[in-house]
Amino acid sequence: MDYSAIFTYMYTEIALIGVTVAALLYDLIAGRRGRKYFHGIMCGVLLLFIGATVFPYHKETAEIFGGMYIYSPISGVVKSLLAIGTLLVFLQADKWLGQKDTEIKRGEFYVLTLSTLIGMDFMISAGHFMMFFIGLELASVPMACLVAFDKYKHNSAEAGAKFILSALFASGLMLYGISFLYGTTGTLYFDDMTAGIDGSALQILSLVFFFTGLGFKLSLVPFHLWTADTYEGAPTAVTSYLSVVSKAAAAFALMVILIKVFAPVVEYWQALLYIVIILSITIGNLFALRQKNLKRFMAFSSISQAGYIMLGVISGTPYGMTTLIFYVLVYMAANLAAFGVINTVEQNSGGKVGMDDYNGLYKTNPKLAVIMTLALFSLAGIPPFAGFFSKFFIFAAAFEQGFHVLVFIALINTVISLYYYLLIVKAMFINRNDAPVATFRSDGSTRISLLLCLAGIIILGLASCIFDGINLYTFGI
Amino acid sequence: MEYTVLILLLPFLSFILIGLLGTKLKPVAAGAFGTVVTGAVALLSYWTAFSFFGAGRNADGVYQTQIPWNAEWLPFGDSLHIDLGILLDPISVMMLVVISTVSFMVHIYSFGYMKGETGFQRYYSFLSLFTMSMLGLVVATNIFQMYIFWELVGVSSYLLIGFYYTKKEAVAASKKAFIVTRFADLGFLIGILIYGFYTGSFSFTPDSEVIGTAKVFLPLALGLMFIGGAGKSAMFPLHIWLPDAMEGPTPVSALIHAATMVVAGVYLVARMFPLFIGYAPEVLHVTAYVGAFTALYAAVVACVQSDIKRVLAFSTISQIGFMIVSLGVCTSADPHAGGLGYMASMFHLFTHAMFKALLFLGAGCIIHAVHSNEMSAMGGLRKYMPVTHVTFLVACLAIAGIWPLSGFFSKDEILAACFDFSPIMGWVMTFIAGLTAFYMFRLYYNIFWGRENKELHAEHKPHEAPLTMTVPLIFLALVTLAAGWIPFGEFVSSNGQAYHIHIDWSVAAVSLCVAAAGIALATWMYLREDRKVADSLATRFSGLHKAAYHRFYIDEIYQFITHRIIFACISTPIAWFDRHVVDGFMNLLAWISNKASWLIRGMQSGYVQRYGIWFLGGALGLTIVLLLI
Repeated sequence: MDYSAIFTYMYTEIALIGVTVAALLYDLIAGRRGRKYFHGIMCGVLLLFIGATVFPYHKETAEIFGGMYIYSPISGVVKSLLAIGTLLVFLQADKWLGQKDTEIKRGEFYVLTLSTLIGMDFMISAGHFMMFFIGLELASVPMACLVAFDKYKHNSAEAGAKFILSALFASGLMLYGISFLYGTTGTLYFDDMTAGIDGSALQILSLVFFFTGLGFKLSLVPFHLWTADTYEGAPTAVTSYLSVVSKAAAAFALMVILIKVFAPVVEYWQALLYIVIILSITIGNLFALRQKNLKRFMAFSSISQAGYIMLGVISGTPYGMTTLIFYVLVYMAANLAAFGVINTVEQNSGGKVGMDDYNGLYKTNPKLAVIMTLALFSLAGIPPFAGFFSKFFIFAAAFEQGFHVLVFIALINTVISLYYYLLIVKAMFINRNDAPVATFRSDGSTRISLLLCLAGIIILGLASCIFDGINLYTFGI
Repeated sequence: MEYTVLILLLPFLSFILIGLLGTKLKPVAAGAFGTVVTGAVALLSYWTAFSFFGAGRNADGVYQTQIPWNAEWLPFGDSLHIDLGILLDPISVMMLVVISTVSFMVHIYSFGYMKGETGFQRYYSFLSLFTMSMLGLVVATNIFQMYIFWELVGVSSYLLIGFYYTKKEAVAASKKAFIVTRFADLGFLIGILIYGFYTGSFSFTPDSEVIGTAKVFLPLALGLMFIGGAGKSAMFPLHIWLPDAMEGPTPVSALIHAATMVVAGVYLVARMFPLFIGYAPEVLHVTAYVGAFTALYAAVVACVQSDIKRVLAFSTISQIGFMIVSLGVCTSADPHAGGLGYMASMFHLFTHAMFKALLFLGAGCIIHAVHSNEMSAMGGLRKYMPVTHVTFLVACLAIAGIWPLSGFFSKDEILAACFDFSPIMGWVMTFIAGLTAFYMFRLYYNIFWGRENKELHAEHKPHEAPLTMTVPLIFLALVTLAAGWIPFGEFVSSNGQAYHIHIDWSVAAVSLCVAAAGIALATWMYLREDRKVADSLATRFSGLHKAAYHRFYIDEIYQFITHRIIFACISTPIAWFDRHVVDGFMNLLAWISNKASWLIRGMQSGYVQRYGIWFLGGALGLTIVLLLI
């Protein structure tokens, strides 16, 4: 076997493993003094990594390990997005990690997060269900540790338990589905399996079971119930990672596998998605209406956003893929901005995350209130912010494929979502508060990440070159 | 010539900076910054003009059109895309010079005029925004970019008219200006869309084979675009916003409502001129009739107004009418055979911008001195304000078309073009030129001579304006004196070839006589203090006088149409539908959402084992549904 191909095409994962191992070693030898610089070094290294891998090196697809691993330029683009999201989360996590009880575990946070990132990278490049499953698990198990990171806090521990139990259940079902697939087709390679898919009842069952695994990751209804409890209990930095990076990877992997493997039963999975999209958007919205805790609120908002993301998948076209990636990119900027604000307010006000705590935030912290507002506007899809364009494109992709009613339902739901996003804006700008969050100055790295997100919210939609750039890579998926 | 990008970027930066810093900036600092930036823009524009025309003509004998910078912004299809860029050709370069010069003068002038006003910084940041938008409009590389900046110009005009936002009239005027022009822009937008749809491009110069199929729709598209132009350029019957727009600060009137923005419509027609001539000459002639009627109407109204800014506003409308007529009477692209009007129109645009800005700035000095817009508060001011008096007189002579001032030359070309088209048009326009001379000198005598309002002046002695205000006056007066001698045809002509201006003395003699007659009449009626003739005429023709004073009740007609017909018969039922049916649907949606969200709350119980049941139940349920359908 020619080993050079591994280094040529698997460069992202190899570099990432290198970074992770280095972080692990540094954590071992650094000691108390070295840990002071850990944050700076980590962000710097990650930035270097992103700089080196942000544009795919190769313009062709390639298989290595006999087809277990497939390199494609578009998966390279997605990996860059994931890495950028991770960097933003790292930037926001500094203050929280600097607390007394977490300071000593700082290294663990980095290593665990990077491990999940490696898992996701393998998952989206998989060409074989075994590889895919290992990647998925590699992304899930450390995630449970991250959710329970503040393990002495009741909430965090509970969230971790709920997450790992739900994850186990989802993985079990998925594995069950994959085993059916293996039984009926005799192979686990994506390319070979397509020929054996004939739409028998067993295969439809296995399609649904397979779907539950990723549906869990994406927190699509009805596999979403863990989301609110986990998002609420987990440390905010982990929640934001969970809501953005993890979802992006799962959405992409789902689309690739549905298009590649399940091409013969396209009408089945489109019907499946049809139902799940309506349920996710609607139920996510309905629950978001009543939330009083901002992290829980964001959990339901992210459920309904996942439904919108699926609109790109259901179209099943390369254009749909472009809109999906663009949507995820924009969603990343807006959601990380919102979570960044939630995080920094929580850290600087002694843990305030209630919606009432945000009353009058504009008076005391006007800049944060404005960033939060713009992030929510983008999430709601108000022009001229990026969220409007991403929603527009993804609706257009689904509309083109004839899902007119579905798009109409999604549109009605954006009206409802506008209502609850504006509730927070109203709280910050209009509601009175006798004891608002005191004025504070966020730490430097949070400010950087918020500025980056803000730039994303404003620029991504207006600079058409970004959408066109993604579109260049989505050929022949 | 990539540096031309700076011409747009600098004012934009100045707008952002002054706007963001706001009152944190000292007023003087904000003003100085804006002025320096505009000065730099003016220098850049001059340099652009110098190098553009200095580069000489190409083999075809025309100045090579240049696009120093262009970016595809929004692609819709293979050929249809919106670009943002910079286009340099003779007329856009000429406009750059005009806009940046007047803007620079207004920036300096405003130092004195706006001194001590609250919102001084806001004023300067809006001026920068306007300058950027107007420059962007003229250098647009395609019709859609032009439209974007067109709207930006409208917004900045709205903001500046409503600058004194605590004054009720100013707020009403700004709304009126915005709504009327926006209404006209609807036509413009539809025109652009039709144009883009059938030619598959937003370019000013689409391929001729593409046009072949779109020929039928071009007149419609161009006609609709002209409606937008008529709105901005205050052509009858869309002129009603301009007189009210005088509620804004006077320097703003000079910049936006006299020299630059209001000629955007003329510029639009000039920009689309090859298409008008090639595919829709009849539409072009319609614009000529609209322009001629507007010029006549506005000139008559200007004869009886008592507010000096209103007189100038109507005079502006009338003069823009001249420019439109001049474009409209063109019958070919050859300046020697029926295309003279193009050059004449652009020439008049240039000279008019200078002397009309001068008139407005002069009026600003007078208002500054007597604190009123009404003629009754003035009279005999020549003793108190010598500099203003002389420069104002220069501008009056120029607009009346007296040799050797700039207005004579450009108006003479326009009249020559009109006589080429038809003798009737020529005589009508000559008559209007005479009216122009009359009402301008009526204004002049009423301000500087005639009956002095001694009580008012005793109470508050009028004084000459400070240096920051008189220097721009002197500069513009010098330009007005000299601009007529510019060999304008060498730079701008309908087919781009050099055109040597020669004065048609038969036309010139007639127009000079008519202008002299107008001035003589005004002198006879208004020079002396008693003004017997004027007063007796006003009483004898009181009906006509009153109608003209009320601008022939056009505003009242609009009021009737909008309130009695549109509001009562169309808007009210629609509002009812909106309030009860549309809002009702939304309220129903809200009610259902709330109920449903309350009903399903049990799903989120917090017990992870129940979550598992939902999970499995959901998966199995989905499978069953899939297998059944």
